[in-house]
Amino acid sequence: MTEPVLDVRGVVKAFGDDVVLRGVDLAVGEHQVVALIGSSGSGKSTLLRCTSLLETVDDGQVLLDGEDVTDPRVDADAVRRRLGVVFQAFNLFPHMTVLDNVTLAPVRVHGRSKADAREEALGLLERIGLVDKAGEYPDRLSGGQQQRVAIARALAVRPRVLLLDEITSALDPELVGEVLRVVREVAAQGMTIVMATHEMGFAKQVADTVCFLSDGVVLESGPPEQVLGEPVEARTRQFLSRVIDAGRL
Amino acid sequence: MPAPSELELGRRAFRARRSQRSTLVALGSTLVFFAVAHLVVTRSPGWPRVQATFFSLDVARESFPEILRGLWLNVQVLVVGGLCVLVLGLGIAVLRTLRGPAFAPLRILATGYVDLFRGMPLIITLYLVGFGFPALQLQGLPTSPFVLGTTAIVLTYSAYVAEVFRAGIESVHPSQRAAARSLGLSHRQSMRIVVLPQAVRNVTPALLNDFVALQKDVGLISVLGAIDAVRQAQIIVGQSFNFTPYVVAGLLFVLLAVPSARIADAVAVRARRRQQSGSVL
Ligand SMILES: Nc1ncnc2c1ncn2[C@@H]1O[C@H](COP(=O)(O)OP(=O)(O)O)[C@@H](O)[C@H]1O
Ligand SMILES: [Mg+2]
Repeated sequence: MTEPVLDVRGVVKAFGDDVVLRGVDLAVGEHQVVALIGSSGSGKSTLLRCTSLLETVDDGQVLLDGEDVTDPRVDADAVRRRLGVVFQAFNLFPHMTVLDNVTLAPVRVHGRSKADAREEALGLLERIGLVDKAGEYPDRLSGGQQQRVAIARALAVRPRVLLLDEITSALDPELVGEVLRVVREVAAQGMTIVMATHEMGFAKQVADTVCFLSDGVVLESGPPEQVLGEPVEARTRQFLSRVIDAGRL
Repeated sequence: MPAPSELELGRRAFRARRSQRSTLVALGSTLVFFAVAHLVVTRSPGWPRVQATFFSLDVARESFPEILRGLWLNVQVLVVGGLCVLVLGLGIAVLRTLRGPAFAPLRILATGYVDLFRGMPLIITLYLVGFGFPALQLQGLPTSPFVLGTTAIVLTYSAYVAEVFRAGIESVHPSQRAAARSLGLSHRQSMRIVVLPQAVRNVTPALLNDFVALQKDVGLISVLGAIDAVRQAQIIVGQSFNFTPYVVAGLLFVLLAVPSARIADAVAVRARRRQQSGSVL
């Protein structure tokens, strides 16, 4: 494998006495799609937040294109500019139109011209099928549409890696499909993606690697057929059988 | 929309009848109340004297122009002070929400400021600033009661308004800040572009409410000797031994406050509608 785009090395993160990550290793190559799975509270969001420097790590390193971004001398804002992030909910800025949400970072952070950013944003909105909503405010959109716009907004900064944190888990079941369709398309076009998800079926189809997070470490990782189909670890099997019971696989 | 059914037509007719009836009842009872109040007051033994000393049309007519001129000073204090309060209040609120140990001194300072001036009665702040500053006899320090009075009012109101803004900032969901930062916006940009616009929108009704309060409190600069509407009324009362000028000044303040009170209502209604569109409660 060539140098990974994102390389997480022995990352430790604690909240007070609660050690959430105990040395997580995770390498993500160019154009790879990695699915993070694990029970609620296993630290998936924490890992993604450490990667996007929304939390400072307590030990270990995160390398982005070989650069140690956990070094305190690194400008965190400049690092975040190279990442695209979508959260579970409350992504969009309610006081701005869809178009303004998407062009905000390109214009204000990347210094692109308004006309330029607008054109590219409309192109992105076209791709997610929401170009006719460009002038709407987010609260006029369904949850699924909002998440699709959030993905478009993250893509508008042309990120090196797209980090998705359970972006469908706050949605009504019938809205999940349209959001996953967008993710699938973005993945097909070669975007490097790390996504925390509970959608095992989707992970199976789209991910190149599935990582099972448990007890603060990546307990098991590999191709989806292996991790989801023939897990080696007892804990992985346990987790998967619970997920199957819940009808999510 | 399809033509309404019999059932719906019946419901509409009933609602119309009911609202007609309640309007009539409300109107009627209001009229009765005022008629009774009028009778009780005007039949009271002291009424002729009260009418002569508080509601003398002649004195009112005579004092009106000067009191109005005094009110102009209050309006100036209101406009200048109001703007300063907004800026200072917002600044203090932002300081209070700074995170991290590096900002601890600023945060503590801002918190102390709010504690001090929110707890101190406005009248005492007025005395301390209005008589204390000039007593220092420092070169360049203003001595005009207008400037000193405005300063004292700004000090007190900024503390209130800072708390209103802070509540607004904290009402913005934390994910909004995370979303802004993860787009690469700096702390300052996230605050200015994402958090503050939402915060201000959330607290506009509360701010307008404070503005209405400020409108009458600007009358307190009279205690420093500024010739405003209240002071002017006081002077005429002293000369004429008639209290009507106070009533005139009071009514002028009420007139000044009515438009902003209505605007505050309208804004509150709009905010409520935005939050619960369609609900009947
Ligand atoms: N800001 C925080 N302060 C304290 N504890 C936190 C914080 N964020 C997360 N945690 C804790 O870290 C653990 C992992 O949370 P999280 O990363 O959100 O898990 P997941 O996304 O896998 O459900 C949980 O026990 C949670 O309570
Ligand atoms: Mg999570």
